[in-house]
Amino acid sequence: MQNKKMALIATKGTLDMAYPPFILASTAASLGWTVQIFFTFYGLQLLRKNLDGIRISPLANPAMPMPVPMPVMVQMLPGMESMATMMMKNKMKSKGVASLQELRDVCLELEVKFVACQMTVDLFEFETSEFIKDVEYGGAATFMKFAGESDVCLFI
Amino acid sequence: MNFDKEFDASGLACPMPIVKTKKALADMASGQVLRVVATDPGSVCDMAAFAEQTGHALLEQGSEAGKFIFYLKKA
Repeated sequence: MQNKKMALIATKGTLDMAYPPFILASTAASLGWTVQIFFTFYGLQLLRKNLDGIRISPLANPAMPMPVPMPVMVQMLPGMESMATMMMKNKMKSKGVASLQELRDVCLELEVKFVACQMTVDLFEFETSEFIKDVEYGGAATFMKFAGESDVCLFI
Repeated sequence: MNFDKEFDASGLACPMPIVKTKKALADMASGQVLRVVATDPGSVCDMAAFAEQTGHALLEQGSEAGKFIFYLKKA
């Protein structure tokens, strides 16, 4: 079969926005595509060895379905983010949605290439020792080289 | 229909039925038939798209007792 290529840019580090890059990458790789994800800005959080810190906030997220309507003043209270994250994870589990960890492992198993943006790693003073080892470090030119040859290119 | 192997994807949501179907096919020989059972309604379109893009033949699909059944012949 034809070997198609997909290039993704992952810029977000919240639980809801962490899913699309890993879902698309694992699916494309399952279809035999060659896939590369460029992680930059908050997307770098998705490369941490421990993904437990990836959370979701109902605050400033009016489209997020809530079991009961919740005023913004309540959403601001301490602990609300943890509660929303826990509820979302439980909901996902009950619906058979894979965990982020599982999806990321599948991506690696299917040889999806992870590239971390060196500039933002330096900007946020991230310790690369906190990231998984299956990561290359590069800049925009590294991304453009692969993206220029890709059939699908998405910014997430 | 006769099949050589079965993979039960019941309860799994996108993209795992596809990801794990690919895995299930990996150790099969060309021409062998895999039966996949899924509960994700999205898998009806997804399995056809998977077959079309990978070259495996989707021999038959249908539903049994509220579940979706697929027969894939490995390319």
